[in-house]
This record gives sequence, structure tokens and C-alpha cells, in this order.
Amino acid sequence: MEPSRDDFVIALRSAFLKKGTQQRFSLLSLIFFSIIFLILGSFNFKIINYVKIGITEIVYRSSFIVSVPENLLKDSYITIQNHNKLYKENEKIKSELEILKAKDLLNEFTILENQRLKKIVDDYLVKSDTIIAKVLSDKGSPFLRSIIINKGSKQKINLGMAVMDGAYIVGKVVEVNYLSSRVLLLSDLNSKIPVIIEPNAVFSILSGTGKDYGVIQYSKKYEDIKNESVIYTSGAGSLFKAGIPIGRMNINNLNDEKKVEFFSDFSQLKFVKVVSFKKSENK
Amino acid sequence: MIELKNKNFIKIILLKVPLILLFVSVLNDYDFNHLNLKYFSFNFSYILIFYYSLKKSESLGYIYIFIAGLFNDVVIGTPVGLSSLIYLILCVAASYLRNITLRPSLLKDCIFFLLTILIINSLLFLSLKFIFNYELNYFDQIINIIFTFLFYFLFSNLFDFFESYFVRSNNAR
Repeated sequence: MEPSRDDFVIALRSAFLKKGTQQRFSLLSLIFFSIIFLILGSFNFKIINYVKIGITEIVYRSSFIVSVPENLLKDSYITIQNHNKLYKENEKIKSELEILKAKDLLNEFTILENQRLKKIVDDYLVKSDTIIAKVLSDKGSPFLRSIIINKGSKQKINLGMAVMDGAYIVGKVVEVNYLSSRVLLLSDLNSKIPVIIEPNAVFSILSGTGKDYGVIQYSKKYEDIKNESVIYTSGAGSLFKAGIPIGRMNINNLNDEKKVEFFSDFSQLKFVKVVSFKKSENK
Repeated sequence: MIELKNKNFIKIILLKVPLILLFVSVLNDYDFNHLNLKYFSFNFSYILIFYYSLKKSESLGYIYIFIAGLFNDVVIGTPVGLSSLIYLILCVAASYLRNITLRPSLLKDCIFFLLTILIINSLLFLSLKFIFNYELNYFDQIINIIFTFLFYFLFSNLFDFFESYFVRSNNAR
């Protein structure tokens, strides 16, 4: 047994310490470097933070360039798919448009009435500053869902700002660099935001799942949540403005988890709006 | 003279293909998410690093693997240094296998690769979950490991083909 144990030790030592041809560092020294990076990084050591910022700026830009061929393929694939669906969709959309036109008039009236009533009850109105940003990269790991946008602290992006795709909210800013920022999408496992479920005004928390849908958690009134109910931001915690549409409930069975299908398709984000909401004084 | 220069240029590019692939793969995950496949993901970088550390260790320098790990951490948002550590452990495993192997066989390589990615993914999962407080889906990890293992067969043959028909034939000329 003794020689085989020796062989094992020699092979392992050689694997760790031997520098191969054209290798400047041994594996052991590089492993040692990685561990130092990890430990100092977790203590927010300044030098490591500067290194990280430097790498971040380089990587985000190069990631965007490197993604161009794949994005081109992806776009072509989606375009072909969309062409196949076009005729059926057109017919459906025509009929829906007529209904929506009528609803829009009603909606306009409701908005004006709401503003008038808010003034009467002396509630505040919300004004927002919007920054349009381009999505540089949507390449997370299979387990983490985030995107990188091309606006950073230079363009006055701050942590916690809401990120929207049209009228729908898609996430919030969690990391701000000088020329870029990272946005945590609502579908990420670590994302949790306060929401209100209409029509029954159920307050709850929307959690990401790491997939393309979210789930409703921490609500005592599960029986009031109906299929096809619409989820809006509740405005609790002053995180986001109240009433931004997020998605629609998709419940097939009462015992199932309360799935939320997002209005926005997070895999198709090209441009997003980064919004900060401020309270405006009533005049 | 020009022809000679062109040949040298092509030769250099061919030799650098693994390195280019490594950096492209960490900057742009090959995840096929546009296909909307629910249970499908694999880690191309693991396959590439393991194969080239095992078969042609001079193609991918350890320092480049270390830097690729740092890039990967920044792209996917994990703590800086973690992917480097994981990639380098993968290199250690490949290097160990190379040292103890007398008669190489694809099946043995694959089994050793499976064991290695099981260990490194467990390490990754444990450190992200319990040290850095990330929430991860265990099931997704398992799917990723299975597909990475299965794709090793395919990519190993593709790399063999590439090495024997493009790199060596170009060198021979």
C-alpha cells in the first residue's frame, strides 16, 4: 500500500506545484491569490474594491461587444418566430384594439378624476425623473437574474432606483458603477417587493423564483387572490411609487403556489427606463 | 513572404482558439436562454478548462484561467475570486488525472470530470449559500451538472477533432 500512497502524494503535489510549459504561476499560488481576493473582498478591502471596479468597467463593455453575434442569432430566431405568429396576432389585436380604445377614454376620465380628488383630500402627487438606459448584458448565471445597463453614477443613477420596461416595472438598481449599473430583476430568487393584488386589494410580497415567473408570499388572505388578478406595486416602504403594473396571477389550482406572470418579458429587454420617484407639492 | 506571414498568423490564431473561447464563454454564457428551454443549462467553461488542462495544458495558461474566473464573477455577480478558485480546482483535478493516467480513455476522463464538477459545484453552492448568503436553486444546479457532464462527451470529441485536423495539420505544414 505504501508505494501507491506515495504515488498519490507525488501526483497531487505535482498537480499543485509543478508549473507546466508556458505557465508562469503554479496552481497553488493562484488558488492562494483567489482565496485572498475572496477574503479581502468580503471585508470590503479598498484595493480589492478598486480592482473590482476596474474589472467591472472593462468586462461590462466587452461583454456587450462579445454578445453581439449571439444577440444577432437570438434576434433572428425571434423575428422568424414572430413572423409565423403575425397573421393570427393581427386579427386578434384588431378586435382587442377596438375594446381598448373605448376603455382608454374611460381610463383618461378616471385619471383626471383621481388627480382632482387627490387635490381635494390633500394627498401628494408623485413626480418622477426618468433616465433611458441601454441593456448592455443580460447574461446572468442560470441561477441569478440580473441585467447590466449603460448608465451609472455619472448619469446620477442611485441604488434602489426603479427600472421599468414601458409602463411595467422590471427590477431595481442594486449596484452602481461610474458608467454602468446592475439591475436585479423581479424574477431573481433574491428579489422581494411589496405589492397589492387587485381587485380585492390584498397586500403581499412578490418574490422571484429564478425562473420567468414570480410567486406571492406572506399573505394571510390567499383565498381573496383570484386567477387573472393584476399585481401592482403597493408603494409600501417608499421603495416604488404605488400602482405600477407588474403582472397577472396565474393560478390553476387552489393549492398551487401563487404564480405571477410578468407583463414584461425579461429576456427581451433592450432599453429600460431608470426612474426615481419624488413627492411633489400640491399646488 | 506574405504567404508565410499569413500562415504564421493563422497558426497563432488557431493556437489561441481555446483562450478566445474561454473568454467569450465567460463574457457571454452559452445558456441558450432564447430557446426558452425550462430545464436546460450547462457550463461550457468547465468543459473547456477541464479538457484543455487535461489534454493540452500549455493552451490555456493558469493565469488566464484565473483572470477568466474574475471576469466570470463580475458578469454573473458572484463574489470576486470565487469562480477563479473553482476554475483552478478544476485545473488541479485535471492535472492530477493527467499525472496518474497511463492509458487515457474518454470514459475515465468523463467519470473523473463528473466527480470533479460534483465536488466544485457543491463547494460553490455551499459557499454562496452559507458564507455569502445568496439564494440558489438546488434543482437548477443538479440540471446544470448533468448537462455539463453529458456535453463533455460531445465537446471532447469536437476539441479532439479541432486539435487533430486544424492545429496539428497546420503545424505540420
